[in-house]
Amino acid sequence: MGWETVIGLEIHVELKTASKMFCGCDASFGGEPNTRTCPVCLGLPGVLPVLNRRAVELAARFALALGCSIAPLSVFHRKNYFYPDMPKNFQISQYDLPLATAGYLEVDMGGFTRRVGIIRVHLEEDTGKSVHIGESGRIHGADYSLEDFNRAGVPLMEVVTEPDLRSPEEARLFLQELKGILEALEVSDCRMEEGSLRCDANISLRPEGEGGFGVKTEVKNMNSFRSLQRALAFEEERQRALLQSGMEVVQETRHWNEEEGVTQPMRTKEYAYDYRYFPEPDLVPLELGPDFIESLRSSLPELPAAKRERFRREYGLPPQDVAVLTSSRAMADYFERGVAAGADPKAMSNWMMGELSAHLNAAGIDISEVRVAPEMLAEMISLIAAGTISGKIAKSVFEEMLATGRDARSVVEERGLTQISDEKELGKVVAAVVAANPRSVEDYRGGKEKALGFLVGQVMKETKGRANPELVNRLMREALEEGKG
Amino acid sequence: MEPYEMTAWEARDALLRGEMSALELTRAVQERIEEVEGRVRAYVTLTLEEALRAAREADDRMRRGQDPGGVAGLPMAVKDVLCTRGVRTTCASRMLRDYVPVYDATVISRLRDQGLTMIGKANMDEFAMGSSTENSFFQVTRNPWDLERVPGGSSGGSAAAVAAGEALWALGSDTGGSIRQPASFCGLVGLKPTYGLVSRYGLVAFASSLDQVGPITRDVRDCALLLSLIAGHDHRDSTSLKVEIPDYQAGLGGGVRGMRMGVPVELMGEGLAPGVRSRMEESFRLLEGLGAELEETSLPSLEYALSAYYIIAPAEASSNLARFDGVRYGYRAEGAEDVLQMYGRTRAAGFGPEVKRRIMLGTYALSAGYYEAYYGQAQKVRTLIIEDFRKAFSRYDILLSPTSPTVAFRVGEKTADPLSMYLSDVCTIPVNLAGIPAMSIPCGLDEGMPVGLQMMAPPLQEARLLQAAHALEQALGRRFTAILNGEGGGR
Repeated sequence: MGWETVIGLEIHVELKTASKMFCGCDASFGGEPNTRTCPVCLGLPGVLPVLNRRAVELAARFALALGCSIAPLSVFHRKNYFYPDMPKNFQISQYDLPLATAGYLEVDMGGFTRRVGIIRVHLEEDTGKSVHIGESGRIHGADYSLEDFNRAGVPLMEVVTEPDLRSPEEARLFLQELKGILEALEVSDCRMEEGSLRCDANISLRPEGEGGFGVKTEVKNMNSFRSLQRALAFEEERQRALLQSGMEVVQETRHWNEEEGVTQPMRTKEYAYDYRYFPEPDLVPLELGPDFIESLRSSLPELPAAKRERFRREYGLPPQDVAVLTSSRAMADYFERGVAAGADPKAMSNWMMGELSAHLNAAGIDISEVRVAPEMLAEMISLIAAGTISGKIAKSVFEEMLATGRDARSVVEERGLTQISDEKELGKVVAAVVAANPRSVEDYRGGKEKALGFLVGQVMKETKGRANPELVNRLMREALEEGKG
Repeated sequence: MEPYEMTAWEARDALLRGEMSALELTRAVQERIEEVEGRVRAYVTLTLEEALRAAREADDRMRRGQDPGGVAGLPMAVKDVLCTRGVRTTCASRMLRDYVPVYDATVISRLRDQGLTMIGKANMDEFAMGSSTENSFFQVTRNPWDLERVPGGSSGGSAAAVAAGEALWALGSDTGGSIRQPASFCGLVGLKPTYGLVSRYGLVAFASSLDQVGPITRDVRDCALLLSLIAGHDHRDSTSLKVEIPDYQAGLGGGVRGMRMGVPVELMGEGLAPGVRSRMEESFRLLEGLGAELEETSLPSLEYALSAYYIIAPAEASSNLARFDGVRYGYRAEGAEDVLQMYGRTRAAGFGPEVKRRIMLGTYALSAGYYEAYYGQAQKVRTLIIEDFRKAFSRYDILLSPTSPTVAFRVGEKTADPLSMYLSDVCTIPVNLAGIPAMSIPCGLDEGMPVGLQMMAPPLQEARLLQAAHALEQALGRRFTAILNGEGGGR
């Protein structure tokens, strides 16, 4: 019997706000432990939360981009459980009245499009970070634990999808698409390694062709796109093996162990809570009027899918180019600035996908850190187009530009790399080469086309590569044909 | 009259006229504390040094011809549930026995700007849970009128301090009657403001949707004066109302002529002591004599207020008090094997029995499977109560009731029976559920102990409340002064 995999994701996104969710503390990553704290985010007696307006805007922006309906009235709840990294021993979150519901995202799964439903988008606060000292590395069996509350109270957005994904790969592709949207909207930094984008997954198997759902497990602790796909592939196989041998899947939460490449059941005590949700009495219901929602909607930037479509249409680029250029907002912006500065779109794309990407990979840097501005690359491309330099010379010019940050024109001028396109001047060199290589001339005239390449190469050598290759080709042919007659 | 017996406004007039100095007044209160505190035990922490420093500063400012601020040099007791920077704030709990806040509650910082002369942090029922101040980790506070009796609670230390002359006035907090009931038991004026009128930032939360800070004073004018200085929007409190604060003293003297007043029969029923009933009826006649129109009315949902309160308040408390876990501050039990044991032992030893009872009640009420039957149902009752009050206030300007069905009871009388203790707040609790303002005004004695009349008004009608209370106070014509056992004589 065949099995169909059913996956739904629960994604936590740290929002890119200056301050925390309910106080004025710095919300950025890092800092000496417990330096980005105040009475409010430390949960000292007597403190009260005040909602961060920017966090609401960012989450609502994202929800709108996914076609969600924004609730005109949403409510914060307290999620009660004890854990040392929770200053109040409750987390302010949203429960039955979330910020937004019922959206979707269409993702290209390599040949077909999958429409993935978004059940809800809600706001909550992050917890602090525990460091457990001792052999176990977990709270159970630790000698002692340290708490850093810098992250406590950082705004989090939770996104829950419908169980619409059908393979570990689809899960990864979905999350990558989601990341692109979060970046395009400037809602989050999406640094998975810093935990600003975190993903848990529910996965179950059901007999192929049947409706309903099998028993699911929840998989946690996947810290990269790769580990998401690996963990789910492992879990998929584990469940398949169980079901095929007639055993049952146990509903539980499982922890992905990256080193060993396996999922392991978490200890019951770590997650079996009755959260005793109730409305947070220290906050008033969040009311978002139609004007607020409309102003957010009208300020939404272009999303990745729309951008891909536009790049294809407007610049006439092939799918592979479009995919690379729209892989990040920075890449796309670089391309468009170059084109705006006058570069031919395909030439710009070729340089970015070739030389520029190679440089970024070799140097291990991001496109935002590169020393050549897109306008500078565009200028270099225009020098090629104008015949001032050859494509070959351009490669060494570009290397120089990447290394020094200088512009193309000054590199070309200083190194005397201007292409020789003067017919008279080149004619002299061609004549000299013809005179100096009678055997090759003879060969060509005898029908050996190959000899032409050698003779042209000699001209390029004489001119140190500066000769306009097309012109040299023509002049050489003319010189050789002349002698024939 | 001794300086420590003056109302705050009388003392302020005397200071401004130069008839006495703030330092003399503060020293007089200090001496009074030395004389009677051993018997009354109103304070958890005395801050005499700080008070004397503030008094000297008030004198300096007046000498230079500057306004010293509305509360300058007028010794005040502050309930130990309000965070005071650098001064330990215990909530009368072992859990916070040595806890020193790093910030001031908003009401405290507002009063500091007005020259706050805080003389000490007043005893209370632990985490404001109780009606007698017997649930304090530190001590039982005694009623200055009769040291065998309780001062009420949970702001019993604040009320006892003012009644005993150990402060001119005080700040309390009121979740179900914790300002009004002790004010009533100690012959004082106490006001629970409209929910959201006074900032809760820095008030250690008991039940967030019910808590309010308010004044406990010797007369209505002091109450108006203090309220005007603590009321007003605070950006740190999301439930704080953005409203203009009127001049609460302006209407004093305006009388009650033409005011329509309703007496809910539900609050005059079973359990009302005959002596309290007599004082009520006398006060009603007095108000009628002053031109108010009184009639009986009914708010049927009030019958369920106590039950709803004892779901909602403990539910919120169970969550609010979760932070006291021994991890970051406060008491921590030593010798635990792991974090769960540390939580358990810390909370078992750090909280007293009443606090634990309410945490368990609230935890149960919010549990999966019980939420709708308890918390959900209680919220519906709350909505009905709000609606009943709204309807009543379409017919009446003020509602009247006793503050408490009895006068102060004896120490130990109700400690074994929590339910009878809870019943002593039956008249005050509906007010908190509805979020409306209410006052307790002394209106006579029964068994030699003070009786309080409760006046209730629609949201934000504190000025009307103060005006009516002032009229009654003027008509009664005397202030009730506590006589400590063994002092003899009296006025």
